[in-house]
Amino acid sequence: MITTSRKGRVVGAALVAAALVGGLVGCSSGTSTNDSGSGKAPSGTYKFWDPYPQYDASSAWAKLIKKCGTQAGVTVKRTGYDTSDLTNKALLAGQQGTSPDILLVDNPVVSTLASAGILTSTEENGLKTGKIAKNILGAGIVDGKTYGVPIGANTLALYYNPKILKAAGVDASSITDWNSLTAALKKVKAAGKKGITFAGINTEEGSFQFLPWFWGAGADLTKLDSSKADAALSLWADWIKKGYAPNSVIQDTQTTSWQEFQTGDFAFGENGTWQKAAAAKMGAKVMTIPAQNGGAAPVPTGGEFFTIPVQKDTARYKASEKIVTCLTSTDNIVDTDNTLNYISATQAGQQAQLASDPSLKTWVDAVKVAKARTGDNLGTKYPVISQQLWGAVQKAESGAASPAAALKAAQSAVKTKLNK
Amino acid sequence: MMTTSSATRSARHHRAGAASTAPAPGMPARSPRAARRRAHLTAWAFIAPVVIYLVLFYAYPLYKNIDLSIRHYTVRSFIDGTAPYVGFQNFVSVMSSSTFWPSIINTTIFVFVSIAFQFAIGLALAVFFYKHFPLSGVLRALFLVPWLLPLLVSASTWSWMLNSDSGIVNSFLEAFGIGQINWLTSPSWSLTAVLIANIWIGIPFNLVIMYSGLQGISADVHEAAAIDGANGWQRFWRVTFPLLRPVTAITLLLGFVYTLKVFDIIWIMTRGGPADSSTTLAIWAYQLGFGSLLPDFSSAAAVGNLLILIAVIFGLMYARMQRRLDLS
Repeated sequence: MITTSRKGRVVGAALVAAALVGGLVGCSSGTSTNDSGSGKAPSGTYKFWDPYPQYDASSAWAKLIKKCGTQAGVTVKRTGYDTSDLTNKALLAGQQGTSPDILLVDNPVVSTLASAGILTSTEENGLKTGKIAKNILGAGIVDGKTYGVPIGANTLALYYNPKILKAAGVDASSITDWNSLTAALKKVKAAGKKGITFAGINTEEGSFQFLPWFWGAGADLTKLDSSKADAALSLWADWIKKGYAPNSVIQDTQTTSWQEFQTGDFAFGENGTWQKAAAAKMGAKVMTIPAQNGGAAPVPTGGEFFTIPVQKDTARYKASEKIVTCLTSTDNIVDTDNTLNYISATQAGQQAQLASDPSLKTWVDAVKVAKARTGDNLGTKYPVISQQLWGAVQKAESGAASPAAALKAAQSAVKTKLNK
Repeated sequence: MMTTSSATRSARHHRAGAASTAPAPGMPARSPRAARRRAHLTAWAFIAPVVIYLVLFYAYPLYKNIDLSIRHYTVRSFIDGTAPYVGFQNFVSVMSSSTFWPSIINTTIFVFVSIAFQFAIGLALAVFFYKHFPLSGVLRALFLVPWLLPLLVSASTWSWMLNSDSGIVNSFLEAFGIGQINWLTSPSWSLTAVLIANIWIGIPFNLVIMYSGLQGISADVHEAAAIDGANGWQRFWRVTFPLLRPVTAITLLLGFVYTLKVFDIIWIMTRGGPADSSTTLAIWAYQLGFGSLLPDFSSAAAVGNLLILIAVIFGLMYARMQRRLDLS
């Protein structure tokens, strides 16, 4: 009697554990479903994955892909995934040997996928990179090999609300470095308005938004605890402490930070190229983010890369290469970049964009001085560094640690993790 | 039970031995054995769907999770399957991480404070609704709303309400002269903020189970106690509460397991921050596995296994407690 009831209880405990596993694995197993559903694609059908689920089959983007496929003599089956989901989807597909023929993926992920060995280099797939600006292409280069071509680039700049600046008596053109910006914020606050909003959240978005200030101070990602990095983080922390930036920036994503800016109460909002139409609608203007001692700060590039994953049948690369070359040809890419709010990665493309819309000048300038996050051959070290960096930013913003102490802890954590 | 089955087994052995020494005595001797075998097969056929289901959806994922945690997986070895066996190294590195103790402490506080409040408030409400009064049904239904809302909706609503600068909670507090509280952005408040949201979400579950438990108690017992002169307070602590013990135990255990793996609310409200101040084990596992651009599956699986281990320990403690209740 006792034995059976004990057995029952052990089974009960095991079920509790199983239910918990089910719950945990449930999250991850969602990523393993193979939506394309085709084990073996017929040779005439090419799989194309992109992170633009917002575009359906009737969109110009989908039609362009179809057209380029037809020109290459194949049918393209396009699937749009959520950006955050695409990395894991691509890794799992690589593991299962069901990678798509063409994968359009966020640029900092390229080095991760390349080091996983699931992408072909331009030597293997024949893609040409000659005309692409080196600073944008940087995200695709790992150990001297290039693993994709950019679709275009977006980046960050400083939007400002001219009405508020006027009311506070600040001349936008006087803002050239950190001191003049902080002085402007002080005036805005004295005038009873709110200063600046940015995304200081503890995700990659937080690092992305912090990098212009980090690089603008001349700091280097391989040395998080430098005095230059300290200067950049102290700038943000002081803004929050003095009330120039609201406390909510600690949890703001770029979207919620933009919503704050859109209330019309804020003088400045650090945000991306993708908001330029909304900014124009509310009468906001834009300037490049100033570096500590003047000039435009280097900003991180956003935007996707066309990559050609490894296939068993290497003959497939030829058509894939044709499709990508077609999609990135100046005529096609300018339209695509305009729709996606990207700045073209080639000079010819940028000039074509400027000719049709001169207001893009600030953005073209910003992209010219932009840097790839995984560039400088950081590659897969970048995600590790970035995670510690946004953690340090959070600590300093919330006052859990001083900027210097937070950065010091981050640097030592990076060292431990990279040596593992 | 044990004895009978071993008896049948030994009987079968004897018969099998007899069959091998005296082969093929003809149909009549074999048929009972065949019938029994058929009965066994039928039994297995009935069990098979459950067994296959359990293996496919529980045992295999658990095995995979353990496998992930005892090998050193990088993105490359995840693809080509050459991850080397490293034993408990992932567990050691996870446990020596600076996030380990904060996340253990946060998890403990989160789970126990959540359950304490959810259970106390749920039970109080159940007792309150036990006496039927006009509109009690409607009111009780309203208390279920937190349960019916998708977690994404309630967590987002809470994070809006608790926003430092424009949240309704802070504007309410300011109306009473209490200054701004940085619910989600201060390391000393973030855990409290997610706790409040989680308690609110968990009350209906406790209310429903305890309410049904209360209805299982015969009214005669209460009457008898009342006749013996017990007042309301005494009736609750001396009669109702002890009789609710089995329901209480299972409610607490389920609450424990649910709360241990709470993820959505915390992730939506604070992302485990600022500075790890609301990072629980579940959040940490996610951060390791999916939170950055470079997934660290092995460490994430190690943290996940620790979570499972904790749940199993408490499951066994529940089982022990249950046995003591059975014996007494």
